Amino acid sequence: MTGKIAIIGDGDSIMVFRAAGVATFPAENEVKAREVLRKVAKDYQIIFLTEELAKPLTEFLKRFDEEPYPVILSVPSKNGSTGHGTELLKSAMERALGVDILFNN
Amino acid sequence: MARLNVNPTRMELKKLKARLNTAVRGHKLLKDKSDEMVRRFSLLIKENKRLRDEVEKELSETLRQFSVARSVTPAYRAETAFAMPSVAVKAECGVKSVMGVEVPKIGLVNEKTTDGLPYAYPEITSEADYSVIKAAALLPKMLALAETEKTVRMLAEEIERNKRRVNALEYVMIPQLEETIKYIKSKLDENERAAVIRLMKVKNKS
Repeated sequence: MTGKIAIIGDGDSIMVFRAAGVATFPAENEVKAREVLRKVAKDYQIIFLTEELAKPLTEFLKRFDEEPYPVILSVPSKNGSTGHGTELLKSAMERALGVDILFNN
Repeated sequence: MARLNVNPTRMELKKLKARLNTAVRGHKLLKDKSDEMVRRFSLLIKENKRLRDEVEKELSETLRQFSVARSVTPAYRAETAFAMPSVAVKAECGVKSVMGVEVPKIGLVNEKTTDGLPYAYPEITSEADYSVIKAAALLPKMLALAETEKTVRMLAEEIERNKRRVNALEYVMIPQLEETIKYIKSKLDENERAAVIRLMKVKNKS
């Protein structure tokens, strides 16, 4: 199966990916992002979402964890990383193992 | 621990013993599964952390570089230059199974274009070219990260679920069955003793 790749984010951060051949969907705030995501999730298998938008939508994004597709990945935007991705990783680890084996703090 | 509400008969005893057997075996199997899942999970999460750190570093750098490069050209011109992408990357999406959990398996379909840049050179500064090339080169890594991260999340969920099952068997189901079996056994023994006594009494009367 061939899947399509999309990226959702603010205009500047995603423009470079449009040139690289990824479908881009601008969204300036989380309300808009949620709307866009709902539409995009049906057609695209892999969706990148900038951290600024992913952070308020954490709860909403959990429902996509049940099925293998679509895969939604939060990526840093042009403002740099906020550490949201690492946080998600940490919470998954704590849920599964109950201990912290990576960050030790 | 509460015992089950059953009639103390030999028939029930037999049934319960079979159930206990199954429960013990299931518990052992699930526990083994849980151990193996945790082992794989800890490997995966290390890989995930490494990939994420790499992607985050490179991506923020690329994006920052691009936004600087882009700011040199007026917004509307950049907009038009980037409006028509000449390439469309596609991903090969499959499914693989990790300990019975269906997880995504993603590969990049390589549709090689010759120049790769979808715009005419005079429109955009050369720094932007570099960041576009860099972003395209970063994509396989981002896809790999997407795959691992999803796997980690799904596996975490499955581990949690499995743990609950193991605990339910270990602390509820098995003790309950054992207690009920004990109860039925003592009840049956008592009936037997009562029957013997009754016989003795009857014999004494005559």
